Amino acid sequence: MKKTLFEKIWEKHLVKSIPGGPDVIYIDRHFIHEVTSPQAFAGIEKRGLKLFRPEKVVATADHNVPTINQHLPIKDYLSRMQVDQLIENCKKHHVELYGLGHPYQGIVHVIGPELGITQPGMAIVCGDSHTSTHGAFGSIAFGIGTSEVEMVLATQCMLQSKPKLMRINVSGTLNKGVVSKDIILYIISKISASGATGYFVEYAGPAIRSLSMEARMTICNMSIEMGARGGMIAPDETTFDYIKGRQFAPEGDDWEKKLQQWKQLYSDEDASFDLEINIDANEIEPMITYGTNPGLGISINGFVPVSESITDEGERKNIIKALEYMGLRPGQSLKGMPIQNVFIGSCTNSRIEDLRLVASVIKGRKKNENVKVMIVPGSQQVAAQIVAEGLDVIFNEAGFDIRQAGCSACLGMNEDKIPAGEYCISTSNRNFEGRQGAGARTLLASPLTAAAAAITGVITDVRELLN
Amino acid sequence: MQPLKNIHSTFVPLPLENIDTDQIIPARFLKATTREGFGKNLFRDWRYIDNDETRPKPDFILNRPQYKGTILVAGKNFGCGSSREHAAWSIIDYGFNVVVSSFFADIFKNNALNNGLLPVQVTDDFLQRIFALDKTSTLTVDVDKQIIMIDETGEKETFDINNYKKTCLLNGFDDIDYLINIKDEITAFEKQLEKAS
Repeated sequence: MKKTLFEKIWEKHLVKSIPGGPDVIYIDRHFIHEVTSPQAFAGIEKRGLKLFRPEKVVATADHNVPTINQHLPIKDYLSRMQVDQLIENCKKHHVELYGLGHPYQGIVHVIGPELGITQPGMAIVCGDSHTSTHGAFGSIAFGIGTSEVEMVLATQCMLQSKPKLMRINVSGTLNKGVVSKDIILYIISKISASGATGYFVEYAGPAIRSLSMEARMTICNMSIEMGARGGMIAPDETTFDYIKGRQFAPEGDDWEKKLQQWKQLYSDEDASFDLEINIDANEIEPMITYGTNPGLGISINGFVPVSESITDEGERKNIIKALEYMGLRPGQSLKGMPIQNVFIGSCTNSRIEDLRLVASVIKGRKKNENVKVMIVPGSQQVAAQIVAEGLDVIFNEAGFDIRQAGCSACLGMNEDKIPAGEYCISTSNRNFEGRQGAGARTLLASPLTAAAAAITGVITDVRELLN
Repeated sequence: MQPLKNIHSTFVPLPLENIDTDQIIPARFLKATTREGFGKNLFRDWRYIDNDETRPKPDFILNRPQYKGTILVAGKNFGCGSSREHAAWSIIDYGFNVVVSSFFADIFKNNALNNGLLPVQVTDDFLQRIFALDKTSTLTVDVDKQIIMIDETGEKETFDINNYKKTCLLNGFDDIDYLINIKDEITAFEKQLEKAS
């Protein structure tokens, strides 16, 4: 029987199927953070339960933490309470916590992979929709709600209906100035913000194979932005090389044994998918979004759609509303438009390679005086790495504001917010109304495109700076 | 969880597509450590002109007293975006027990069901017919028979829900109760998994 990568992993974790209902799936790794876990711990305690397998749970504080002066007590009372609650819950229930001040602290989807905790073939969950990031290693990884966090804490299992399967094949080679963020923004612009709802996506093809692990993570990260339950990429030598030697990677004989198992993780030839989509990488240009969902994206040289040309009434209304919020006109070009903020960070684009890309554009240049630029490394380890490589000097000389690790202005839960009415080119994953602060106008783009705008102060085709 | 069987109510129409969880409950209100009290911040940035809850936007549907009921009716792809269960909690806390749409985001749908909030997925056509109704019209939802009906015209549609989840809703059971009861099976599965790796 021919099987897909997803089916191989799902079947290995299938405890039982409920007739006419969902499957019971065993979870190998459960990441938790301060925002979506407190009610789950409270639920466990209310039921008089203990954590079933606390050694399979890893915690960090990322969503609401400040990105300056992390050594001081958190000023915001509610944020401090939430972080303190996490510390207390982890202590009481024997969960490993990489909290503020710990050298492993950082955005949950950055630290899992960088510590070697995320490995091929695993079933991974976290109370955060961008858990799909971990699928880049050939694992089944998806976001869950707090009731589900509670059930995994209580039983290390959860109930899930098996999703439909989609494969997105990306052929060809990437053009200069085009990176993995552009691939995923392009895909979402083609299939829409709800086009993959009900599906689990496998990304395949030579253009995907050519990407580094960090670039693959960016793609899997945004699977949820087209509605997918998760995204995954079959592991290969690039994957194995990345994992080897990391803090929690298998060693010695165990490594050899695991490696043999991991090499079986691929979709069999002729395995069947419910839907296959083919994308030609040669057609992708640097991308940018203009609207208030990640599906509303265009090439950097493109034009905002003219709403009259959209036949579906619901979609037309959506675009009119989005353009009104964004302060944009139908048919206009975005290139050359002034922006006031640049945010480089988030679980999508805050890893060392992303920051190297930024440095490659700005080296020896200064930011535009009308632009505020915030650069937020994804973890303490990434922050240490930028210093080790001297990238901090480049960022400082350019006038960038280097912060400490956390989710920051991606969702504006802490004080890092974009002022109402201002534009922000952001390397994050969502451009929803008010996402980066009430009234803030977000334009999603790659680290290269964000860096170019930081220098020029206007929306820029980065290729003009690379020449 | 409270059992949910039959719902008969007027409804609140929100004919917008892609209503994401950041609109349902903005991130800055996620700092609580309990499940209660989120209703006051439901659709917060659409409800108020200012941040201090003093100036409601008069044309927003929740601020128009003639629209009320326990059924929220919204455009397609409702609940997209973040996994925050706070979105479901805020809708329930405000007083809804049913959301009708022509399409739901996956995680939101699970979160809703896990809290006794019923997502009813109807066809686009049926949804438009509900939006065209007068504000005094009522809808009836029969969970057991999986039927939603427009009372004044008698028009009906059936909706999907798996048998397991239906049993949970009708009886007020949740998934954790189920999983705790099969812990022996889970432990046996772990041993088998360990052998294989």
